[in-house]
Amino acid sequence: MSTVDTDHQSLRQWLLSETPMSRRQARFGAFYQGWLKSKSNRLTMIGLGILLTLLFVALLAPLIAPHDPFVQNLANRLQPIGSDQHLFGTDSLGRDILSRLIYGSRITLYIVTLVALIAPIAGLFVGTVAGYIGGWADVILMRITDIFLAFPRLVLALAFVAALGAGIENAVIAISLTAWPPYARIARAETLTIRGADYISAVKLQGAGPIRIITKHIWPLCISSLIVRVALDMAGIILAAAGLGFLGLGAQPPSPEWGAMISEGRKFLLDFWWVATIPGLAIFTVSLGFNLLGDGLRDVLDPKDSGDE
Amino acid sequence: MSDTHLSEEGRRRSALFNRSSGLLKIILRTLGSIIVTMVGLLAITFLIGRVMPIDPVISVLGERATKEAYDAMFIEMGLDKPIVVQFLYYLWDVLHGNFGESRLTARPVIEDLIRVFPATMELATIGTIIGVFIGVPLGVLAAVKRGTIIYQIIRVVALVGYSMPIFWLGLVGLLVFYGVLGWVGGPGRLGIFYVDLVPTVTGLILIDSILDGQWDVFWDAVSHVILPASLLGYYSLAYISRMTRSFMLEQLSAEYITTARVKGMSEWKVVWRHAFGNIKVPLITVIALSYAGLLEGSVLTEIIFSWPGIGSYITTALLSADMAAVLGGTVVVGLVFVCLNLFSDLLYKVFDPRAK
Amino acid sequence: MKQVTQFIAAMAVGVTATLGVPPSYAETPANVLVIAHRIDDITTLDPAESFEFAGSDVSRNVYGKLVNFNPLDLSAGYEPDLAASWDVSEDGKTITFTMREGVKFHSGNPVTAADAEFSLRRAVILNKTPAFILSQFGFTADNVAQTIVADGNKLSITTDKKYATSFVLNCLTSTIGGIVDMKTVMANEADGDMGNSWLKTNSAGSGAYKVVSWKPNDSVTLQSNPDFYKGAPAMKRVIVRHVQESATQRLLLEKGDIDIARNLNPEDIAGASKSPDVAIDDELRGRLMYFSVNQKHPELAKPNVRLAMKYLVDYEGMQNSFLKGQYTVHQAFLPRTYLGAIDDKPFNLDIEKAKGLLAEAGVDGFEIEVGVREAQERIEIAQSLQNTMAQAGIKLNITVGTAKQILTRYRARELDMYMGAWGPDYPDPQTNAGTFAYNPDNSDEKKATGLLAYRNAWDPGAMNQAVEDAVIEGDRDKRKAMYEAMQRKHQMESPFGVLYQKIEQTARRSNVQNLKVGGAITAVSYWPVTK
Repeated sequence: MSTVDTDHQSLRQWLLSETPMSRRQARFGAFYQGWLKSKSNRLTMIGLGILLTLLFVALLAPLIAPHDPFVQNLANRLQPIGSDQHLFGTDSLGRDILSRLIYGSRITLYIVTLVALIAPIAGLFVGTVAGYIGGWADVILMRITDIFLAFPRLVLALAFVAALGAGIENAVIAISLTAWPPYARIARAETLTIRGADYISAVKLQGAGPIRIITKHIWPLCISSLIVRVALDMAGIILAAAGLGFLGLGAQPPSPEWGAMISEGRKFLLDFWWVATIPGLAIFTVSLGFNLLGDGLRDVLDPKDSGDE
Repeated sequence: MSDTHLSEEGRRRSALFNRSSGLLKIILRTLGSIIVTMVGLLAITFLIGRVMPIDPVISVLGERATKEAYDAMFIEMGLDKPIVVQFLYYLWDVLHGNFGESRLTARPVIEDLIRVFPATMELATIGTIIGVFIGVPLGVLAAVKRGTIIYQIIRVVALVGYSMPIFWLGLVGLLVFYGVLGWVGGPGRLGIFYVDLVPTVTGLILIDSILDGQWDVFWDAVSHVILPASLLGYYSLAYISRMTRSFMLEQLSAEYITTARVKGMSEWKVVWRHAFGNIKVPLITVIALSYAGLLEGSVLTEIIFSWPGIGSYITTALLSADMAAVLGGTVVVGLVFVCLNLFSDLLYKVFDPRAK
Repeated sequence: MKQVTQFIAAMAVGVTATLGVPPSYAETPANVLVIAHRIDDITTLDPAESFEFAGSDVSRNVYGKLVNFNPLDLSAGYEPDLAASWDVSEDGKTITFTMREGVKFHSGNPVTAADAEFSLRRAVILNKTPAFILSQFGFTADNVAQTIVADGNKLSITTDKKYATSFVLNCLTSTIGGIVDMKTVMANEADGDMGNSWLKTNSAGSGAYKVVSWKPNDSVTLQSNPDFYKGAPAMKRVIVRHVQESATQRLLLEKGDIDIARNLNPEDIAGASKSPDVAIDDELRGRLMYFSVNQKHPELAKPNVRLAMKYLVDYEGMQNSFLKGQYTVHQAFLPRTYLGAIDDKPFNLDIEKAKGLLAEAGVDGFEIEVGVREAQERIEIAQSLQNTMAQAGIKLNITVGTAKQILTRYRARELDMYMGAWGPDYPDPQTNAGTFAYNPDNSDEKKATGLLAYRNAWDPGAMNQAVEDAVIEGDRDKRKAMYEAMQRKHQMESPFGVLYQKIEQTARRSNVQNLKVGGAITAVSYWPVTK
């Protein structure tokens, strides 16, 4: 560690070193090279830009929203785009659509973050345990995984929301429930390859128990492949959440969840198209952002599929 | 993802049947895992039905039910017995081909499924055809034009397909292509005056109308199916083109391709005969999985287009606690999914030399 | 990205611009009536079991009843249908109907008193959900052999006590009073079900139409009965197609693919009425929109809190915005046009007054859960309530669920507050009085979940007796006065805040004439329709 120099140039050298001195240096180096590669891909950067904007908007929502997203004004409903005071018009109860959109970004971010934490961790746990212990535990856990995979996804999510009751937390749980099996499969596959490695045997000889091996030695190695997968899944999570919102099973009114906003606006689609169209574009933009980033990340971490030089 | 799931994990899922060798062993294992999966599916669905905060008796009798009628129905539905017993009763009936009666439609569930599944199948099949006929050439083109602007465009086209909230696109599409331009038929499978004109043979209106020689019905059905199928097609196109691109890139960088080029073979021949020839099998697997995803019933698309398919059937039933219908629908969807997986897997085993 | 946005925006602008002058393409055939309607609530077509709106629409056109309403003059009240006349015994308990001669079922069998006897007994014996409409007169499976009796061409029914004759006859106009063809039904009996499973999807009536097919969530097709005793209907075929979305119904109507759209929202009504080919009819229906609060909640049980909440509703604001043209402010439990209905509107949005009442009750703000079913207008009303009630410190948390989910909890008395609709079951004031103001045993064990007062754990006290008295009062004017007094008390004291009465706006192609959806008392009639 003493080789770390705060000087920028040598930090770069340290990161790009052909002969890393430690595992940490190797890992940081790999990330840095990935970053350099991503940086040169304009699409990936656009994706990243969209997501940073989302994050920014969500953080500063109270500062940048022109109105209170919940204040109603029945006398001033369904105002068109670009009207006085309301850049994106107003909805059926006279609320400012732009402000609702801005506050809605918080909900989107909330859902995505929670699902992106719950599903991979649950999958990682199931997958590594199944892969490491093997035998009956493997058969049972993987059979359960298969059963969940064979379920029609939205139906499974719907069923759980119906069972638990509508609401944003339950929507998160329901989506996580449909999202974990693929992670379990990835984690299991990784575990199977790692399990036989020499250094695991070495650690075992040193007297490490299975819990220690799984948590300290197997989990860290599974994480990078899970991260790529998460980035690619994000868009799907957003669309699923919006779908639940659209069916009235996500966030509850008056919450400005984007899917619910489309659902509210669709009854005016013929004459007041913007009420449904604007949140639709927002969902599209954010999920495109995640897809661009995920696709770029995959290029970096899985060069076989890469088209960029 | 949204309502269909065309995840690449599909490939891994099929690995479930990939673990053993020896034909008999494979068959037994496969059958066993299908049965276990199906029973598991049913058990989970059954459990969901019971914990759902909808009183199943109310959903049968309606809100004005008297206490006497309520109690009688409670017993009739077997709700007084332990849940495991209820489940075993249900399994027993299913084994005898009896899926029960839907409370919502007042018909045997099996009859409903025979009606709704072909509707979904029609939609999914045409969607997949669109996805294949556009997605595969796009994928090949992207691979060949790697690094150029064409590659980037194709990539963005595919990513846009992945990113679109399909329920929103459906609404806008209906408005533009039906409402304004009048290019396509409205919601539903047929215009009102074409309903019930052709006898049901397969349940697929496109095929039934040809069998009956009623071309006007056929064209009406085409005009109704084309928009929702195109939306689903766009979605599967995104997946298929991406996978095609990936497979092709792998082939094109292989040594034999370089050799062929050095020998002076035409680029067309190199790409289509050699490289593409080699990716056919994995590609079919991808297509089968994408098709399976669409066959699960695209709930939101079906709702937007008033399409009487299995996705909306299960959803409607689910939200009314019509559990016989939900269970029946889940069995069909699960079976289709497992079987298509199996099919793609077998294909892989039979045709792909590396898999041997 | 920017181009994409601009393109879509431009496209959408184009859409709205073009829709102003929709080109008319097709036209439906002259003797076929095509209707877009939400019919996903139909679960059975058996008149002894059917209890949903869309089911009543079918039934009214398929089954004749002993007495019925004239669609072109609903205010005239019930009049003879399959019964040509009737007499009431001296003690007021027995009504004897004389059957109309020469009427035939669709099968060709004559309509006889025996069929009427069978139909009413069958409804009581099957004891399906709507059976209470008959059993409230004391009919049970055990006594129908004595109380519902055919003799020659006469049918006598004997009630357990003396009721207002109008009450009994009004009940017979509801769907459960439909007379079925005994021979045909019993020929299709299975497992002693009196033909119930067959009649769920088929018809055996004598009305203007017979059922060709009912496809759940898809369509109902009716074929005219050329031998209908009032004359063959002009429309040979009626096709009711399930179309969920208002926008879609409007597109279909403007294109001429359908003749009638029944579920247009206010915005689409406004848009569609611009077309010269479309006309809009308004009819006052019986459905009420109301909220109610659970008396198990300590704060909500305080009379002044209940009263205060009724001043925290923006009645006019909602009526003039998102409910425009489709709901009219109404604050008593009997719908207008019902016997005894009152038009008093004591409440308006008055935050200060409400705050005063809350202060008197010693309440300083509280938080409650309101259950609403997944329907756009209801969610909007709930959000408006949320907005106005918050101004007096009452925080509403909205829970949206499917109709069945919310209803399950409402019936179990689990909701703090409910916001929803109530439609009368039969055209007599008792139908609403007996549920909004009647709950003789408020204990949890009673499980009188059919009564709205029970669902809100409210004991109406002296009002119970008033309801029981009104139902047996033979003098029409006295009875009317009793209901009026009852409602005025109910308005101020009950935990129910009645908000609106429904106006059904039907959009039709302008060549369609005489479609009546049934007012507040009955369902739609297709036989007078011409085009």
